[in-house]
Amino acid sequence: MADLTATSPFAGARLPQRFAGCTLEALPPAQITAVAPYPGQLAALRQTLGAFPGPGAVIAAAGGRLVWAGRGLALAFDADMPQGSAEHAALSDQSDGWAGVSLRGTAAPMVLARLLPLDLRRLPPGSSARSLLGHLPALILRPEALAFELWIWRSMVGSAMHDLTGAMQAVGARQALAEPPTG
Amino acid sequence: MHLPCPCCGPRDLREFTHKGADDYLRRPAPDAPPEAWDDYLHTRANPAGRTRDLWYHDPCGTWIAVTRDTVTHAVIGATGLEDAQ
Ligand SMILES: [Zn+2]
Repeated sequence: MADLTATSPFAGARLPQRFAGCTLEALPPAQITAVAPYPGQLAALRQTLGAFPGPGAVIAAAGGRLVWAGRGLALAFDADMPQGSAEHAALSDQSDGWAGVSLRGTAAPMVLARLLPLDLRRLPPGSSARSLLGHLPALILRPEALAFELWIWRSMVGSAMHDLTGAMQAVGARQALAEPPTG
Repeated sequence: MHLPCPCCGPRDLREFTHKGADDYLRRPAPDAPPEAWDDYLHTRANPAGRTRDLWYHDPCGTWIAVTRDTVTHAVIGATGLEDAQ
């Protein structure tokens, strides 16, 4: 069998990046399981898992995080799916399909305002949303007020890094212009 | 323009794909006369005023029927199609 070499989705992305007092860095790879409840099986699945997130929710369950990820869909991050959950939901390993970055800093909301068509006032700390990052489909988590996790499809990391670094630089330039000249 | 997704709340137009008039919900029976099928496929009211059309919220995967006004651009409301069935 061929011995394949694992490559980071961010190979060549030159992370971390720092502009405008914000830091953009790669998140450690996660074990990601897509959990799509079968019709009429949501209650049974809730029992097996202990909980299942509704729209926008991020909850601790099965030893990891369950993140709402769309209609009838959650992503389980680093969770041990309990025995029997496959009877109530379609489970698929998507670990290699996603790539996550963290963006944190006081200007992080300003940076994202340039890329997300999302009203961040409707994304309180601790919640999640599906939206677009630039033109890329994304799963956005806001663990803290000034910290975001952006999960995108692995194949689109290059575009995402280009958009995010550009927005960070533009916000940084704005801040520099707004500061009174010194000396 | 913002459209209210029953899952996600009000969201920007960029997140939606437009399907067309809600006539698409009233599919004729397979043995309906050709006129009914012609109507279903091609005849649209295209109203100036209140209209109801179908949209897909791309990020979450919800089909919705949106009631809106083509004259004032007011968005009056939306229902999820799966919930409505
Ligand atoms: Zn939605």
